[in-house]
Amino acid sequence: MTTGQVELLGGELWPTLRRHTQARIGLGRAGSGLPTHHRLELQAAHAAARDAVHSPFAPDVVAAALGGEPTVRVRSAAPDRLTYLQRPDLGRRLDPADRAHLPVGDWDVVFVVADGLSSRAVHEHAAAMVRATTALLPTSWQVAPVILAEQARVALGDDIASAMGATMVVVLVGERPGMSAADSLGAYLTYRPKPGVTTDADRNCLSNIRPPLGLTYELAAGKLAGLMGRARESGATGVTLKDDSDAPILNSSVQK
Amino acid sequence: MSTYTSTLGGHRYRFGSLARLLAAASPERSGDRLAGLAAESAQERVAARWALADVPLTAFLAEPVIPYETDDVTRLIVDTHDAAAFAAVAGLSVGGFREWLLTADTAQLAAVAPGLTPEMVAAVSKLMGNADLVAVARKVQVVTAFRSTIGLPGRLATRLQPNHPTDDPAGVAAALLDGLLLGSGDAVIGINPATDSPKAVRDLLELLDGVIQRYAIPTQSCVLSHVTTSMDLMARGAPVDLVFQSIAGTQAANASFGVTLGLLDEAYEAARALGRGTVGSNVMYFETGQGSALSADAHHGVDQQTVEARAYAVARRYDPLLVNTVVGFIGPEYLYDGRQILRAALEDHFCGKVLGLPMGLDICYTNHADADDDDIATMLTMLGVAGASFVICTPGGDDIMLNYQSASYHDALYLREVLGLRPAPEFETWLDSIGLLGEGGEIRDVSATAHPLAAIGRELVA
Repeated sequence: MTTGQVELLGGELWPTLRRHTQARIGLGRAGSGLPTHHRLELQAAHAAARDAVHSPFAPDVVAAALGGEPTVRVRSAAPDRLTYLQRPDLGRRLDPADRAHLPVGDWDVVFVVADGLSSRAVHEHAAAMVRATTALLPTSWQVAPVILAEQARVALGDDIASAMGATMVVVLVGERPGMSAADSLGAYLTYRPKPGVTTDADRNCLSNIRPPLGLTYELAAGKLAGLMGRARESGATGVTLKDDSDAPILNSSVQK
Repeated sequence: MSTYTSTLGGHRYRFGSLARLLAAASPERSGDRLAGLAAESAQERVAARWALADVPLTAFLAEPVIPYETDDVTRLIVDTHDAAAFAAVAGLSVGGFREWLLTADTAQLAAVAPGLTPEMVAAVSKLMGNADLVAVARKVQVVTAFRSTIGLPGRLATRLQPNHPTDDPAGVAAALLDGLLLGSGDAVIGINPATDSPKAVRDLLELLDGVIQRYAIPTQSCVLSHVTTSMDLMARGAPVDLVFQSIAGTQAANASFGVTLGLLDEAYEAARALGRGTVGSNVMYFETGQGSALSADAHHGVDQQTVEARAYAVARRYDPLLVNTVVGFIGPEYLYDGRQILRAALEDHFCGKVLGLPMGLDICYTNHADADDDDIATMLTMLGVAGASFVICTPGGDDIMLNYQSASYHDALYLREVLGLRPAPEFETWLDSIGLLGEGGEIRDVSATAHPLAAIGRELVA
């Protein structure tokens, strides 16, 4: 039986079933293998994910999208992408040379834009998230210059906030690309982080920020600003801090 | 603590303990470097192997890599060691043991298994090439059964993995139908649930049990929740076939999974008491994977492959139906690329089989590892030749719930085709009874719409 015949005969059922799952079901067969079309579709999805992981972070893109907002550029202790992928510990520590560039102050919050595992997510969504969230914060809050961090994992924000004297840190990080989304941004909020002591259980996380298919900036910023306000009241983030709104908030970390 | 030395290229290398020696001798992988345990040069690695080749197997009994007093996995290994079975190889060094394994037959390998410790088989694996690991594992026969029989020669079973990101019953049913029509599911129909809530897990168990009963499918279901959730559900009468748990090779790493040997003992007894198996009574399904102990900061300075083998001592205690090493899921900081993932897959399969376990694999990668579907094909082929008991399969090789790529149902069809491997016998008979088995034993390419199983999709979607 040829692939064409299978598609024809199965045609009534699979489209109905596919409305209930994005799983790659009913692909048909060419012998034991996949039909060419589906094989190339899988490769296209994987290629998008690979490119998102390996495309270099361009801080200029984010800085430009932030308009006149002051920014500071730093790197982690991971010197390149290959090291970064194999040494998560280095991606959580500041390059010692960059520590001195950080402005110390009485900051209520610092936003850290971290390339994470998808620079594409950061290029496309990070600046809009910073602007949308900042607009919702009380005007009395001291918001630090936005830190643009290269080869950076979530916990690099602990090091940065601690060095700057910031009360809380929001890390906007490119999430590990999947086969259906390579541009998903995560937001991790941590109150009074302590490098090496703070764990993922001490953070609150919003995942899948990628309009229009994922969370919109408005919705994500609303949740984030709400969490920030309550974190300041209760003096903590993490499992003890609950989300009041309906849409899902995940405390499980997408990447460590 | 003993020290070990060897001289290579005019340089004298010194290794301060058996654990240091094992780590330095281990084939290169990112996780050991992350842990600061890897050999510092290619020559140091080979020097360590020269020294390791001369270590007597008895040294592993005398010098546990993690102290007996502080680790219950070490106590399990030492206390259950079968000295009579060990006698056949007791006089050998690690190097001699490699040669013994390459010449031993199936009966000898079965007889020696209870006398071997994880550290012995981990050590010898470090002296073996990929071909050695295939050749020895292929000779080992481990047969287990519940409603289907796993591990018979010339057979390859698969796990059908119809995961859905929100556990939507219709979405699960659609993926279940897809897998069954591609001849998958004889090892287990297993779902990774989106949450560990007992209600959600029970709903999925009822769904799978309903399909298995209605179509009289000779297989078992599993919803991969924490062992305490399964115990709770068994007490409430939920249809639990297999008890699942992730396990690791140290007490501290198991604690990070929220399990103790005592808890596993209880779960094992509870599942056995249900007596739901028809052709066998192996009721446990374990998953392991290199890097989990390091990830939990619980590796005690032992290299990730040796710690992984220690997890098999835990598994061995419970006569499991399935032990699945999830190779490549944990990310490139532990196994960087296709080459390292392949090596780990062959090591885990070899170590588990030689220790007497029904080893299968989730041959997989994440998108930040340097691997692709060609690596899956290479690994699958080698593991098929090595006689893996089962492999994990997902729709199109893409798991939309766990966000990683694994083998596809098509990949399993390929492996059965090129190596002449057949499904578990009970499942094969069932496939024949519903018109899915061709005259040559192949899985027929049928129209989904016209097939009776399509009712699974139609009804649950309706």
